[in-house]
Amino acid sequence: MSEPLLRVEDLHVEFPTEDGVVHAVDGISYEVERGQTLGIVGESGSGKTVSSLTTLGLTRTQGARVSGRILFEGKDLVALPDAELRAIRGNEIAMVFQDPLSSLHPFFKVGSQLIEAVRAHQDVSKAAARARAIELLGLVGIPDPEKRVDHYPHEFSGGMRQRAMIGMALANEPKLLIADEPTTALDVTVQAQILALLERLQRELGMAIVIITHDLGVVAEMANEIAVMYAGRIVETASAEEIFAGPEHPYTWGLLKSIPRLKGRRDEALTPILGTPPSLIRRPSGCHFHPRCPYAQPDHARIDPQLQPVAGESEHHVACLLESQLRRRLWAELQQGATPEQAREALGLPPPPEQFERVASVAAGAAQGSGGTVGPAPEIGL
Amino acid sequence: MSAIEPISQAAPQQQGAEPLVQVRGLVKHFPLTRGILLQRKVGAVQAVDGVNFDVMRGETLGIVGETGCGKSTTARLIMRLLEPTAGEIRFEGEDITKLKGSRLKATRREMQMIFQDPYSSLNPRKTVGATIAQPFAIHGLLKDKGERKRAVQELLETVGLSPEHYNRYPHEFSGGQRQRIGVARALAVKPKLLIADEPVSALDVSIQAQVLNLLREMQRELGLTLVFIAHDLSVVRHMCDRVAVMYLGRIVEIGPGDALYDYPRHPYTGALLSAVPIADPTLRADDRHLLTGDVPSPANPPKACRFHTRCPKAQELCSQEDPPLEDKGTPSGAQAGTEAACHFPLSREEVAEIGVRSVR
Repeated sequence: MSEPLLRVEDLHVEFPTEDGVVHAVDGISYEVERGQTLGIVGESGSGKTVSSLTTLGLTRTQGARVSGRILFEGKDLVALPDAELRAIRGNEIAMVFQDPLSSLHPFFKVGSQLIEAVRAHQDVSKAAARARAIELLGLVGIPDPEKRVDHYPHEFSGGMRQRAMIGMALANEPKLLIADEPTTALDVTVQAQILALLERLQRELGMAIVIITHDLGVVAEMANEIAVMYAGRIVETASAEEIFAGPEHPYTWGLLKSIPRLKGRRDEALTPILGTPPSLIRRPSGCHFHPRCPYAQPDHARIDPQLQPVAGESEHHVACLLESQLRRRLWAELQQGATPEQAREALGLPPPPEQFERVASVAAGAAQGSGGTVGPAPEIGL
Repeated sequence: MSAIEPISQAAPQQQGAEPLVQVRGLVKHFPLTRGILLQRKVGAVQAVDGVNFDVMRGETLGIVGETGCGKSTTARLIMRLLEPTAGEIRFEGEDITKLKGSRLKATRREMQMIFQDPYSSLNPRKTVGATIAQPFAIHGLLKDKGERKRAVQELLETVGLSPEHYNRYPHEFSGGQRQRIGVARALAVKPKLLIADEPVSALDVSIQAQVLNLLREMQRELGLTLVFIAHDLSVVRHMCDRVAVMYLGRIVEIGPGDALYDYPRHPYTGALLSAVPIADPTLRADDRHLLTGDVPSPANPPKACRFHTRCPKAQELCSQEDPPLEDKGTPSGAQAGTEAACHFPLSREEVAEIGVRSVR
């Protein structure tokens, strides 16, 4: 098997702050093959954005402590000097951000921002770069690109701005495109256009895509492989089909059960995940998900689960302390419409110890309780 | 009280259901002006342009549409947070568009609103207790301090927060918890009508489900009437009995939720539905019917049918004659269908082809 385009190995990213160290990314590993799409799913604060910003070295100026390796075509991006990284960023790896309005400079014409992106990496004349800018706007489906190239960002609609951003990212025909919530700020109809555009460009240019999103629908449309992140870790990874057909992690179940569907029974109650995502400064002990997990057992607060291959599926990995047979049966119950409590009872699984929930609410923020169950209060400097 | 002409609107099914809110010919134009001292009116943004609908007691009416279709403006008009340019809004039979002073205040007590952004809709300098007690102060209720505090703490418990949170500030809460505070504030004066404007759009999926469940529970327990505005079609389907689809300031289709999702008649509804990504890779749609282009400017909307510039089915008639909102029937004729404003509504084959996933 050939070397993957991007291989992330045991990546840690930490930010020292006055309140303590934020463990934004906590030992994740993944691979992206050429021409393939990886979807990274998770809630806000799960570390999905930080991990990809680090790939481009964009967390360097923020005092991040990075360890592990990010191998892009065999080169370790973590260890690369700034100048060499700059030659890759925007050239071989490009990124599209969530908010197209704040990622375009309001003072400069869209065209000149595209020209800048071209000339940053290619030694071409202004006229040639301008021609390329017009070509790029046409490629991403902006009507009348000869005229539009001289417009300012405020003259573009949200969807067109995002198209222009994608055009800018494609300026140097990258091998890898990282799209961070590329459609979150957009209407469904425009979202569908942008996703279709990304798929078309991927087919035509053969680039790999890492798409970061909280929307399970978007990854189901786009991704070949999916990694589910929680509290800085990857808790489950598998092919897209496998994640939706046979998810193994209780957090993935929670995500799948908490979205309303366009099909199926309308009055079916949603099963939300209890509590809120944990603070990345004071993470829960053991399995980070145990305070919110309806199936947590006493020793789950102690043992830290590692990503293990799922029996019988070489590409499916999960970090869960429940026994695999039990997991299958729990998911089967949930599929039948059982609530987590009913599923637990049907299989004779005792409910989580009571103190777990308290930890969940304390870790969720200062709002809950007085914080008696977690470590010492952080020192807050002035 | 003068009689108001009933409109069928894909018949709110329950016999004897009476409307709590009746909206007739509602128009809101925001003037576009030029010049600084001598302002000349050069046009108008037609945010809402002739909207008719009823909201029945105890039901949930969903309003969906793209950014700028006028759904939030409609909500604000019902609340009288904006003055309508024309039209009538009746609340319990009384036209509220002309109300002033104490009468208006009394009516506003009956309707409350939950806003999209739980970060900016709470005053950061006020404790949660003070925020939730504010409606009591405004309407001169529960003057006794102890009573007021007890009421607030009860409300906090109702929405799933702890009564001890009384003295905390908004920044101490997560997004989902703040939205719960917003719900508690809205429920404080026991309104009859609750208008939720994109109440879960800013929240994470797992938290979104918590807030949706809370709203449904509150509605069941308190017999609230809910107007639920969102751009997420699956959320609206989950929450609403009837759904109205808006495009450029008009309602283009309205009807019972099941009928609208199973058998949409307006091409715009069909396009919206087929654009929703489905969380199931086996249903990956390869050749979806995507709308091209953007929504036209509401300052200069297309003539006649406003959707004709983007409509895959548009013919000459569509640019000449404005289609009325009327019952277009259903394939089986059995259940109640939707009303759509379209000259050439979608056929059964087109609905199937568009990939609107039927309920199985």
